[in-house]
Amino acid sequence: MAGAALLSLWWTPYPPAEIDVPSKLQAPSAAHWLGTDSLGRDIVSQLLAGAQASIMVGVIAVGIGLVAGVALGCLASARRGWVEEAVMRAADFTFAFPALLSAIMLTAIYGPGLVMSIVAIGIFNVPVFARITRGAANAVWAREYVLAARAAGKGGWRITRDHVLPNIASQLIVQATIAFATAILAEAALSYLGLGTQPPQPSWGRMLSEAQSQLFQAPLLAVWPGMAIVLAVLGLNLMGDGLRDLMDPKLSRKR
Amino acid sequence: MLLFLLRRLLTLATTLALASVVVFAVLELLPGSAAEVILGDTATPEAVQALSRRLGLDRPALQRYGDWVGGLLQGRTADSISYGEPTSGLILERLAVTAPLALLAMLVTTLLALSLGIYAAARHNGLADLGVMAASQVGIAIPNFWFAILLILLFAVKLQWVSAGGFPGWSEEDDGGLWPGLRALALPALALALVQAAILARVTRSAVLEVMREDFVRTARAKGLTRRQALLRHVLRNAMIPVLTVMGLQFANLLTGTIVVENVFVLPGIGRLVFQAIANRDLVVVRDVVMLLAAMVVAVNFAVDVLYAVVDPRLRRGHT
Repeated sequence: MAGAALLSLWWTPYPPAEIDVPSKLQAPSAAHWLGTDSLGRDIVSQLLAGAQASIMVGVIAVGIGLVAGVALGCLASARRGWVEEAVMRAADFTFAFPALLSAIMLTAIYGPGLVMSIVAIGIFNVPVFARITRGAANAVWAREYVLAARAAGKGGWRITRDHVLPNIASQLIVQATIAFATAILAEAALSYLGLGTQPPQPSWGRMLSEAQSQLFQAPLLAVWPGMAIVLAVLGLNLMGDGLRDLMDPKLSRKR
Repeated sequence: MLLFLLRRLLTLATTLALASVVVFAVLELLPGSAAEVILGDTATPEAVQALSRRLGLDRPALQRYGDWVGGLLQGRTADSISYGEPTSGLILERLAVTAPLALLAMLVTTLLALSLGIYAAARHNGLADLGVMAASQVGIAIPNFWFAILLILLFAVKLQWVSAGGFPGWSEEDDGGLWPGLRALALPALALALVQAAILARVTRSAVLEVMREDFVRTARAKGLTRRQALLRHVLRNAMIPVLTVMGLQFANLLTGTIVVENVFVLPGIGRLVFQAIANRDLVVVRDVVMLLAAMVVAVNFAVDVLYAVVDPRLRRGHT
């Protein structure tokens, strides 16, 4: 998938947004491998370019969640007491606002756009990462080597940097992979609803909503973008599982 | 148990109060005033002022917040900007579609997930187990709105068994009624249920497997129960705890999924309402719907917590 997005930066069979009305709704052929849509745009080109939007949303939204969530989770774990309580309560609270709800509120005010969907998905990722970080970090804090580091006079911040973060990194990477997949699904849904990526930028979700209006004339148009989403998400989820087994042999034996 | 309930209720109330502050504040942080956003760029200053007065925007924010929450507590809501009637009426009317759809989807999800999950666990490491696990892995990756479109493609376009969307209504007049209504909700519910069931089936399977390793199951087998009897009598009840938790967590997904799928099938539910409201810049409706949905998510989590304590008494103590 990353390959497809990279490729689309330099080359697409046809310019993805180029409108070529005479050759509209063509069946798959040698010239247009998967055919064209109602405005004569090449499907393969659009799919490749659509991967860009998905990856961008995924990377930034997961980035927001990762940075803010890990920072909060580490803080909660290092400080304990009321700080931990406050962070975890805030995380619980944020779960009351699924990405779609935040997106609805933001769009109602600022109008639809890619930025709004990234922010909405990112916000939802923060408590996810905060919880996982805290859980994993607390386990590390209970280990003897942290006690030893403490005895050696290291402060909370240095212990977090030298011992906690390296030890929880693998779990965070696995979670990031899964969050990436979720973000792609969420972006597709938001774009489908018209809340995400705006034309002329191609996106898988919007291709689906455009295809739906021509279900009777060109049913295949509704199949390709969905397949792209499923393949991307499936790939990421399997990668997450694989990484988990690779990095934590205990887990794979238990299953 | 009573103390536990009271503490939980207190958390519920604070969460709801906080949620109302967030919803109000976010919609308050407008670039310009709400009246300008509603009327668009071409509005005259006089029109903006008139609408501000009609919406009560000339009063301080704190007072408007008080009015809104006070009204909600007494079951009163402000008038929608584009419909000109109280939002509570609009929302209730749409809930008559959304609530049955969500319940139907939940029902299908549970039936599908429990039977597949238990079946897979009973045939652990067998071909059926692998098949169910592979299918659920793919199911998790399928966006519900795409599956919805595929269902329309198959049942409405190819087979022409059902219409591609719309809703006849629950009343017997103009071709509606219970049966046509349920028929119109069948495909949307199926579309919603597939993804949810894929996740829940995995949880069910691992929960059942976990419990089957417990000592009391071996005891039950030793005293002469067959595998099936042990499964039905001892394993299932104990395996339900994690399954229940995940079902509660999934509710938020189900709710947002319903909003999306309603739009695929053009059903006149909450999802349609809120999107029309966005298009019409009807911030009053957006505010009340978002608040309602957030409150539902919070309330379901509360219910799950309580149910959890009913099923497992150990959780009643400690754990705030």
